Amino acid sequence: MENLIEIKGVTHAYKTPNGLLPVLDDLNVTVPEGEFAAVVGPSGCGKSTLTRLVAGLMKPDEGEVWLHGELVKSPRKTVGMAFQNPVLLEWRTILDNVILPLEIVAPSMPRADRIARAEELLELVGLAGFEDKRPSELSGGMRQRASLCRSIVHKPDVLIMDEPFGALDAFTREDLWQTMHKLRAQEPFTAVLITHDLRESVYLGDQVIVLSGRPATTQYVLDVHYPMEDGERKLDGLYSPECAEMLATLRDQIKIAQGRVPAAAGAA
Amino acid sequence: MKTVQKIAVPMIAIGLFVAFWEFIVWFNGWPNYVMASPSDLPAAYSKFWNLFLSGSWQTLWRTVAGLGLAVFFGTLLGMIMGFSRVARDGLYPLLVGFNAIPKATLVPVLALLFIGEHNFNTVLMAFLISFFPIAVSVGIGLSTLEPEYRDILASLGASRFTIFRKIALPKTLPEFFGALKVSVTLAFIGTNLVEIISPHGKGLGALFLSGQTNSNYPLMFAVLIALAVLGILLYYCVVALERIFAGWAERPHQ
Repeated sequence: MENLIEIKGVTHAYKTPNGLLPVLDDLNVTVPEGEFAAVVGPSGCGKSTLTRLVAGLMKPDEGEVWLHGELVKSPRKTVGMAFQNPVLLEWRTILDNVILPLEIVAPSMPRADRIARAEELLELVGLAGFEDKRPSELSGGMRQRASLCRSIVHKPDVLIMDEPFGALDAFTREDLWQTMHKLRAQEPFTAVLITHDLRESVYLGDQVIVLSGRPATTQYVLDVHYPMEDGERKLDGLYSPECAEMLATLRDQIKIAQGRVPAAAGAA
Repeated sequence: MKTVQKIAVPMIAIGLFVAFWEFIVWFNGWPNYVMASPSDLPAAYSKFWNLFLSGSWQTLWRTVAGLGLAVFFGTLLGMIMGFSRVARDGLYPLLVGFNAIPKATLVPVLALLFIGEHNFNTVLMAFLISFFPIAVSVGIGLSTLEPEYRDILASLGASRFTIFRKIALPKTLPEFFGALKVSVTLAFIGTNLVEIISPHGKGLGALFLSGQTNSNYPLMFAVLIALAVLGILLYYCVVALERIFAGWAERPHQ
């Protein structure tokens, strides 16, 4: 399969009043088309910078980001973004919030087609019947569902998510994980998910990329072999021995990234 | 029930206030050249009703015109300060300094600058006194826009203007209307300042002044009440506009 996202030797530093703050150091990430990459790492290690680079919202000091065989120099219409904060527009209905990207990407698309597309997604995430509600009338989990719909309404190649489930309670989060799998089955995007939750990374990811502490570099890549049941990932699978082993590996890698365990000891 | 309550409660409050005013004048035995009581006012209104009508109209249109200018230039200034850090750093001290100047001191300045242009001076003063809250609130609203709001459209390659029109502008509307409510009453103060201070003025301010020269104290109080009524009227016009354009900001009652 073609590699849809290729991050090659990206190095980046922010200018601060106290001099340069290096956040990324020779970062390399490849995500094949249709795959789901989960990125984990210690707090403040530059994960959000990574999302902005892939989205083309900023350029790296060194290195290159390629999407679909094209060098990313500026924002592209084929990217969708979702954040921890659902950032829905309070003055629009849920339906009009979901439609928003289409107004930019496909200005000539007839409104009826936009509505049909948005309704299809809202139905898929379980928000049918809430089209005319305002964001303030919805719960946090429902708002995040609407936000996910908005991020893929224009059929992006790449879906970039920066801790979209981070602010939700544990049960709502698990519901949304399952919704995410439903969306993946239906929509052809390649995904990058930034997360702090190792179980989330294993449940959703095809590969889990562990970043080192700041400045972040690719420390470890785990290929996820999730125990399948009836051809799908069930939540119960998280309590299987296979998952326990993967989670233990990731835990150890995070400890190394946090600098609590020397690299050699962790590898042993 | 709800609409009855919405109208009845403020009416009762006004009624109580008027009763208290009447009582305190009666209790202290003040003659109406010290302090007029509400019962003195109807006579003043019926005697000078035509002056009240034309004066109110003069005051009202010049206030609204000044307020319109304040909305336009205040929003423009706010946009400049909201988008550019340099402009914000440069303009803030100037604006704060200007706002701290007692506007009464500007009346003679304006009168000399634009001799005889009474209408223009009055509108200008209403504008000068009322644009500041609008500029500040729009500026703060725009500069505190969370980056994620920008990013959802910026990541699709939307232009700055599109982001402004679709997100930043509607998002600052609640702050804008909050400031406009303050500016409405300020604009009245500006208009009346010129009407009272400048000779041969027009409007309710001039009527107040003539009440003063003729020692007609009930007339002076009647003018003040008329001003208050105009102020309430215009304020609720702004509230109505806010309902239409920023009604979404109001949370549904539980």
